[in-house]
Amino acid sequence: MKLTIARAKEWMLTFNQRIQEEKDHLTELDQAIGDGDHGLNMARGFQEVVKKIEPTNYDTLDALFKDVAMTLISKVGGASGPLYGTAFLRLSTALKAESEANREKFVEGLKAALDGIKARGKAHRGDKTMVDVWEPVVDYVQSQSTIHLSQLNELAKEKMEETKDLEAKMGRASYLGKRSIGTIDPGAASSYLLFASLADCFQKGEMD
Amino acid sequence: MDKVGIVLVSHSYDIVKGLKTLLNQVQPDVQIAIAGGDNGGIGTSAPAIMEAIESVYSEKGVVVLFDLGSALLNTEMAFEMLGEDRRIQIADAPLVEGAYAGVVEAGFGNSIEEVVEACENARHVKKINR
Ligand SMILES: Nc1ncnc2c1ncn2[C@@H]1O[C@H](COP(=O)(O)OP(=O)(O)OP(=O)(O)O)[C@@H](O)[C@H]1O
Ligand SMILES: [Mg+2]
Repeated sequence: MKLTIARAKEWMLTFNQRIQEEKDHLTELDQAIGDGDHGLNMARGFQEVVKKIEPTNYDTLDALFKDVAMTLISKVGGASGPLYGTAFLRLSTALKAESEANREKFVEGLKAALDGIKARGKAHRGDKTMVDVWEPVVDYVQSQSTIHLSQLNELAKEKMEETKDLEAKMGRASYLGKRSIGTIDPGAASSYLLFASLADCFQKGEMD
Repeated sequence: MDKVGIVLVSHSYDIVKGLKTLLNQVQPDVQIAIAGGDNGGIGTSAPAIMEAIESVYSEKGVVVLFDLGSALLNTEMAFEMLGEDRRIQIADAPLVEGAYAGVVEAGFGNSIEEVVEACENARHVKKINR
């Protein structure tokens, strides 16, 4: 499971495609328990990400992910901007000067990204946020000797769906209290798409 | 600049624009900058907050007040981008009342710690005596 620059780019491009397809769905979720801008925020942010990274030639992974991060930080006005921005910035730092990352390095990077999200947003698992998808996924890739991509995809999906029954403790949805129960968290839904896109990209290549 | 500067962060440009006008009337000698909205819409932006802080920064320091949700995340992000050696602090206070108290305090030439405290004390002020 080697992360090359080409594959990292493909991951971002695939994610953008999924976000554009699911934009209305993400917006509906955020309309139910937030302010209704999550689909728009993500669609605008990743459109800009693709515009930036697609024509650029990168020598290292950290340069690529730094561009992703800085684009999100400057173009996404909601909580997802600084949160995803911090995640990709930490991933970039973890992959400093590498033109490709083996599985161990990449998993380290994903763990750093998760830690970044938690440091930025101060959310814990169970608070009904993107952390409820990120943390179990990172636990899974850290603990398995073989990563099964279909399992990774299934796990992310299941954890996203489980946010439906949670009461929001962070962000806009927390103002609703118990009334936030019954809707999937929009940030958990977009994070599922991020990991589903990752699984997609690797399925086309090697994965030991 | 011999007074602490104030930065107002909100999801809405109109909110902080109006608030700044109100505060300028109370104390025209305190430098106030605003970071409201994002790319012309509702939201907050770390680069915009960073710029606002820079525009009123001095040795005396800058106190930032914010409204909701991602305003705090983006303010903390802006602090990181500015570097650790800056005299900047976030006040955990209601935006209107906190900024009012803070501007008054800053107007006396008091320290950044005193301005933060004044902002945060505004949380406990009762608006109606019953
Ligand atoms: N403190 C936090 N920690 C982790 N995730 C968070 C936090 N706050 C919000 N989120 C995630 O962000 C998602 C909402 O993202 P969105 O882009 O809609 O921002 P927003 O909440 O509208 O921002 P704003 O506060 O500017 O209105 C939530 O569904 C949740 O997953
Ligand atoms: Mg929202």
